[in-house]
Amino acid sequence: MLAKRIIPCLDVQDGRVVKGTKFENIKDVGDPVELAKRYSELGADEVVLYDITASYEERNIFLEIVEQVGEQVHIPFTVGGGIRTVEDFRSVLNAGADKISINSAAVANPDLINQAAQKFGSQCVVLSIDAKEIDGEFRVFVKGGREDTGMNLIDWAKEGEDRGAGEIVLNAINTDGVKEGYDNQTLRLLGEQVSIPIVASGGAGSMEHFRDVFVEGKADAALAASVFHFNEIEIASLKQYLVEHQIPIRQG
Amino acid sequence: MIAIIDYGAGNLKSVRHALKELEIEAFITTNPEELEDASGIILPGVGAFGEAIEQLEHMGFIEVIKDQVDRGKPLLGICLGMQLLFDKSFEYGKHKGLGLIPGDIVRFESSVKVPHIGWNQLEVTETYIDDLINENIMPLDYVYFVHSYFANPHDQQDILFQTEYGQTFPSAVKRDHVIGMQFHPEKSGRVGKQLLLNFGEMTK
Repeated sequence: MLAKRIIPCLDVQDGRVVKGTKFENIKDVGDPVELAKRYSELGADEVVLYDITASYEERNIFLEIVEQVGEQVHIPFTVGGGIRTVEDFRSVLNAGADKISINSAAVANPDLINQAAQKFGSQCVVLSIDAKEIDGEFRVFVKGGREDTGMNLIDWAKEGEDRGAGEIVLNAINTDGVKEGYDNQTLRLLGEQVSIPIVASGGAGSMEHFRDVFVEGKADAALAASVFHFNEIEIASLKQYLVEHQIPIRQG
Repeated sequence: MIAIIDYGAGNLKSVRHALKELEIEAFITTNPEELEDASGIILPGVGAFGEAIEQLEHMGFIEVIKDQVDRGKPLLGICLGMQLLFDKSFEYGKHKGLGLIPGDIVRFESSVKVPHIGWNQLEVTETYIDDLINENIMPLDYVYFVHSYFANPHDQQDILFQTEYGQTFPSAVKRDHVIGMQFHPEKSGRVGKQLLLNFGEMTK
């Protein structure tokens, strides 16, 4: 049976893993390669490396980290941040990444999804969507959650699927960093509308939240950062807890 | 020394890194002639079937791979590399494969989410329960999958592992010394490393 996935997310800035709340108040967490390796050993099913600076000057430092993670970590990893062209896809995949996550770049140029899917396969194209509830409607945001595109979340997700995305990450801006649980209602709604896997992001604060996102939110994977980075939840114990709650989980 | 074929399909490094950690000697090659001196061959692959087979043809790999397999050299196809071992694929049209294992490549039914992404379980078939390739692999061990198509061998005896995903599908195949793994052993943590180690033993 296909297991539900637990995915720690590493936001990388100037070669270090950092963590902020609601995209603000950045704190230093540690070395990305060390952390990715440790999470893999603890039983993480994947890791995400997100380049939050994504400036040209920092690009090589980041690609170097991607190379090192590929060398030392033998589980899948996704890279996001600053990928705008098919050439960017190529350079990150060549550095060793398994999947590429695109967000604002896909909104600005939706054809990037088609081009990348045709060139490298849908399996490596992850459409990451920042969404926020405005007057009862979930809208797509870009620029780290600062800019409202006016697009409807479900419409954009469906378009992304049609264009060839292989997976969708839903970052709920309302719940991100506040540790009160994932946005299960929206996740479930989204899951009913698209037929590609959905990764939940934003809101994990306790082990129950992970159980709920799989049972109520019907998510295929759950992404979290600070609860893992600050040792509030240990991955092996979380997995044990989920197994005890009859959720299909890979252990060891 | 295991040769890893580089035909531009990406992610060769992860295979080499995993082998390196297992102390299995390997090299990446774009030159078909170099397969002759190798003790085994790995055909990796990410991407589309049609483009991959065209590229292999263009680089002159097809006949050399077939010839080396005829001579008894162990071959491991990974992911798309496994699918390429078969007669034909129906991914974006119809394409001819290497024809080393009789069968077709077909898409998952739409009742399940496609691509099949994530960790799923292996169940060894009766045929290969005592085979060296299954050494230290436990029933229902998890490995990592990312694919939309899977292989359908004509001969059930060619199925090595099976996996449940909406239906039971062949997740690895073996015909003599030709092996195909639909999942990524190089990305499957402990279980994947064990499988690569087992393949490494076959090349000795």
